[in-house]
Amino acid sequence: MSLCVTDLAVGYGGLPVLRDVCFTAGAGERVAVLGPNGGGKTTLFKALLGQLEPVAGSLDTGGRCAVVPQTERSRLDFPVSATDVAVMGAVSRMPWWRRPGRTERARARAALAQVGLAAEAERSFGDLSGGQRQRVLVARALVQDAPVMLLDEPFTGLDAQSADRLDALLTDMAAEGRTLLIATHDVEQSRRWDKVLCLNGRQVAFGAPRTTLTIPVLEATYGGAIIGLDCPDHGAERAILPAHHHHAH
Amino acid sequence: MSLAAFQWLTDPWAQSLGRRALLEVILLGVAGGTLGCWLVFYNLAYSAESLAHGLLPGLVGAALLGVPVLLGGAAGLLVGAVAVALAGRIEAIGRDTAVAIVVTALLGLGVLLALSPDTPAGLQGLLFGDVLGVSDTDLALAAGLVLVLLVALRLGHERLLVVGFDRLNAAALGVRPFAVDVALLVGLAAALLVAVQGLGNLLVVAVLIAPASAARLLTRRMAPMLAVSAVIAVLGGVGGIYLSYHAGTAAGASIAVVLVLAYLLMAAGALLGAERFRRRAPSRPGAVEPGGRL
Repeated sequence: MSLCVTDLAVGYGGLPVLRDVCFTAGAGERVAVLGPNGGGKTTLFKALLGQLEPVAGSLDTGGRCAVVPQTERSRLDFPVSATDVAVMGAVSRMPWWRRPGRTERARARAALAQVGLAAEAERSFGDLSGGQRQRVLVARALVQDAPVMLLDEPFTGLDAQSADRLDALLTDMAAEGRTLLIATHDVEQSRRWDKVLCLNGRQVAFGAPRTTLTIPVLEATYGGAIIGLDCPDHGAERAILPAHHHHAH
Repeated sequence: MSLAAFQWLTDPWAQSLGRRALLEVILLGVAGGTLGCWLVFYNLAYSAESLAHGLLPGLVGAALLGVPVLLGGAAGLLVGAVAVALAGRIEAIGRDTAVAIVVTALLGLGVLLALSPDTPAGLQGLLFGDVLGVSDTDLALAAGLVLVLLVALRLGHERLLVVGFDRLNAAALGVRPFAVDVALLVGLAAALLVAVQGLGNLLVVAVLIAPASAARLLTRRMAPMLAVSAVIAVLGGVGGIYLSYHAGTAAGASIAVVLVLAYLLMAAGALLGAERFRRRAPSRPGAVEPGGRL
């Protein structure tokens, strides 16, 4: 198992804001992290990145974690190209007196090609579209080459075409043997992935989407504010979540 | 070129005084221009200004006690930094307010000390600098500063980019924001200490902030921005000395005026360029903003 979390509780000094988290994820698995805003998705990521000490329990990421932050929060006025941003992924494995050179820039360009941005490599990060910026940040995580990759709501703000493209990219990255944790609001999308982790202050459920995403689980995850619909052609229940605002965690 | 024009250009450098000033503004221009780019993108312009003003009592105190001005300035910086840190802990006032209170208090204290009858050198030299009176030691210090600064900025280039671009996730990328911040502030303190004697307590910030702000309008990558900013800072310094020599104005103030004018010209040019661009291609979304490429 490349990622193993046992009875984890984390918080910001007071009571834990997330507790009872217990799951494992293997190489090549895409795990959807579902939950309302403030449900603990970002807190879990911070714990996995080592930015928050566990109050209880333990976690083992089997080495380094790479992170793909939300592109909405990145600085658009910063004087960097797409390649400059991708190169940043190489810094983590270098001693402080060394700086990225030709090898690292070549790897950054290869990662940009992998995410379909070879032609945009020298463009300013701030001039790219939201979907392109998100893929540049994925390329940065690819350069970091960590076995576990955390993606914080990577589909937020993307148009359908960009979202499809990113989804295909995630499938490729999982096929390379990486473990992906993907925070998302899209329950439908998460049904196509390997596992789902439902959080609402605590772990509500974890498992394969088919067996885990039941109406009671979704109600417990999103606080009962969902409407169930029967879809005969799917032979399964669908859930529609109410529109909600996105605010800082 | 007529003889008169040639003389107009060469006169300021005829004496060793002028040539030393030239060397000093070139060195300070390279240091201030490069460091300034990072200060601008780390939102440290206000801190730079505050630190510069806060070290005045240290400078005056050193002049009173007869110890090297550099030592006094360093002590002043330390006192200022500690005072800001302590005032920032008072919950009733915000950090900005704390800095403002500490800095005005220190500046006032410095002026009080400087106006006391015991102070040998006038207040003017410390407030407005004396680029025509730099010593060999000053020049050697400036050269040392440039050398250390350029090596450090080159070594730390990508790490500075990481923290400036994505502070929240810098740790996940293997860079500690605190270490980068401290390194940058130490660089700022060193630059202020070395530059304050030539350019003065009130004007030293001009060489840090104006060229970087102007360069930001001209280029959209950090490496060329550092180079352009250094060139603007050096040219502004040289231009300031010409202005000072021919118009009989104070050297430090002339340099500051030329640097700020250079920024205003670039900003106006950028605005005009953006306006023309918008008129030519009105349908294109996200047309070049004032911060865009000219």
